[in-house]
Amino acid sequence: MVVFENISKSFGNNVVIQNLSLNIKRGQFAVLIGPSGCGKTTSLRMINRLIEPTMGTILVDDQDISKVNPVDLRRQIGYVIQQIGLFPNMTIEQNIEVVPKLLGWPKEKRRERVRELLEMVGMNPLQYCNRYPSELSGGQQQRVGVLRALAVSPPLLLMDEPFGALDPITRETLQDEIKKLQTDLGITIVFVTHDIDEAVKLADVIILMKDGKIVQAAPPEELLSNPAGDFVREFIGKKRLHVNYDVDLVREIMNSKIFTVTKSKGFAESIALMRQRNVDSLIVTDDDGRLEGVIPVEALRDVAGKKMINTIGELEPAKVPTINLNAQAREAFDTILSEKLPYLIVVDSKNRVRGLVTKTSLVKALAGVVWGENADDE
Amino acid sequence: MMSEFLSVLESNWGRLVTAFSIHVQVALIAVLLGSLIAIPLGIILTRCPRMGKKVIAVLSVLQTVPSMVMFGLLLPFTGIGRPTAIVVLTLYSILPILRNTYTGISDVADSYVDAARGMGMSGRQVLCRVELPIALPVIVTGIRISSVYIISWATVATIVGGGGLGDIIFIGVARNNHAMILMGAIPASLLAITTSFIIGRIAKAVTPRGLRRERAR
Ligand SMILES: Nc1ncnc2c1ncn2[C@@H]1O[C@H](COP(=O)(O)OP(=O)(O)OP(=O)(O)O)[C@@H](O)[C@H]1O
Ligand SMILES: [Mg+2]
Repeated sequence: MVVFENISKSFGNNVVIQNLSLNIKRGQFAVLIGPSGCGKTTSLRMINRLIEPTMGTILVDDQDISKVNPVDLRRQIGYVIQQIGLFPNMTIEQNIEVVPKLLGWPKEKRRERVRELLEMVGMNPLQYCNRYPSELSGGQQQRVGVLRALAVSPPLLLMDEPFGALDPITRETLQDEIKKLQTDLGITIVFVTHDIDEAVKLADVIILMKDGKIVQAAPPEELLSNPAGDFVREFIGKKRLHVNYDVDLVREIMNSKIFTVTKSKGFAESIALMRQRNVDSLIVTDDDGRLEGVIPVEALRDVAGKKMINTIGELEPAKVPTINLNAQAREAFDTILSEKLPYLIVVDSKNRVRGLVTKTSLVKALAGVVWGENADDE
Repeated sequence: MMSEFLSVLESNWGRLVTAFSIHVQVALIAVLLGSLIAIPLGIILTRCPRMGKKVIAVLSVLQTVPSMVMFGLLLPFTGIGRPTAIVVLTLYSILPILRNTYTGISDVADSYVDAARGMGMSGRQVLCRVELPIALPVIVTGIRISSVYIISWATVATIVGGGGLGDIIFIGVARNNHAMILMGAIPASLLAITTSFIIGRIAKAVTPRGLRRERAR
């Protein structure tokens, strides 16, 4: 689907991509990863001709893209960026129908498509069509960013650190959604990230780059079990090698950097904090840090217009499953998988919130299994 | 004082109405012409940012040339009369509009432009659908600043025969008639204030709802 043939790119005297060759097959989820400045964004932007290579040929769908009009090319390729870039002067509906409009779709067809797309990710069209991007949480905005890129069902989607600015929980939800969309729609995705966990979770093939060259391109399992050299090994990270699904306790794999609010927190302040941190739900505790429950953003929005609310304590938080921090990691994962939860809140014996187990933790632990014993030998 | 003012006002009412309408006309034409030159020029300059900075720097220097001097410089070419006044005032109206057009568009976040191009908008589409709508409030504010300047400078246009409220002020000065001076100065100030207020309202109205919230934060 996407082929790089001996691509080089320099900015002035600065060689950024060196003789890079690459073949991404139709329907693959390809993840470009590597240290900052290694040329991931440059490589991605050459695929839709936002950057022109200095040397070499790029084929998309067996066609030499230097012979295709860039504007026409870009309309056939979805593009999602980290800053999201939803146009602030347009409503959600207008944002999603940008490319359909460019391609001259009739009004009815565009409307229908917008509704279909919003429903696909569980956003109620009646509720969201006429909102502006600034009225959505970060997670919702990027969800719309992805829909906008998918509006004309492009066979190829380019994503540059699309979830990089989101909080861990929202990020995981969006990762799950994009993976599902990709398999359901059978599209090819080229995805740039800094985050090896994200790469392992999403990729069919991981392309690890350094200084404008490919160090290793392989499926995640192979990259983890058979790293080509020290750079790869170091990049994957030592810590993960020792995580073991069967032995570890929840406390050892949980994410302890979490965002909670107490019941006495002001309503408006909490909403502002959610915005700032890009989280989609509030974990509510009492003044001693004991878990009260979770309030999803939708619930906040529903009450916001209806009555005066001063503090979070006036709302009824939803009860959610929890796990003790000394439980077995396996138990946490079984619960997440069987209950289809985005995350599981970790509490201590006094029901105080201590952390979260997310699906990323799950992936990390699985990576540990793949590594097996030879990791422990070191 | 008050009764003197009222009697001067009464006996000169016809003159005041004429002067006021000429004043409005001259200022309006100057700002319109200024916008017609400055907005397209500002847009062109954003396409070559290095030139843009220089052009704006040069114009800023020109702007500091006192209007009296400017009138004097142009007189030999355009002669006494309203056209000279309009030409000079147009020149002065350009810079604020040009500067706001240029910065308004330059300040549109790169991510919007990147997303727009990446989705397959042509250069003109990026400009018309993304950059201009986002920059519009800033451009209108430039027009507002310009209008206020031009309304006050138009009072000086009387020295080249431009007419307007300046005529009344200068007659008042020549005759040492304070009531007459006020009769020119007060309407000129009121005109400037009202215009500023109205264009300020327009600037708000052209700000898309989504942007109003974003700016407020
Ligand atoms: N327009 C440009 N002009 C000059 N140099 C550039 C330009 N764009 C990128 N570079 C340089 O090219 C190199 C690769 O940049 P690129 O953005 O592709 O890196 P990246 O892998 O995406 O990094 P990051 O993870 O930080 O996003 C960097 O050294 C960068 O400074
Ligand atoms: Mg990058």
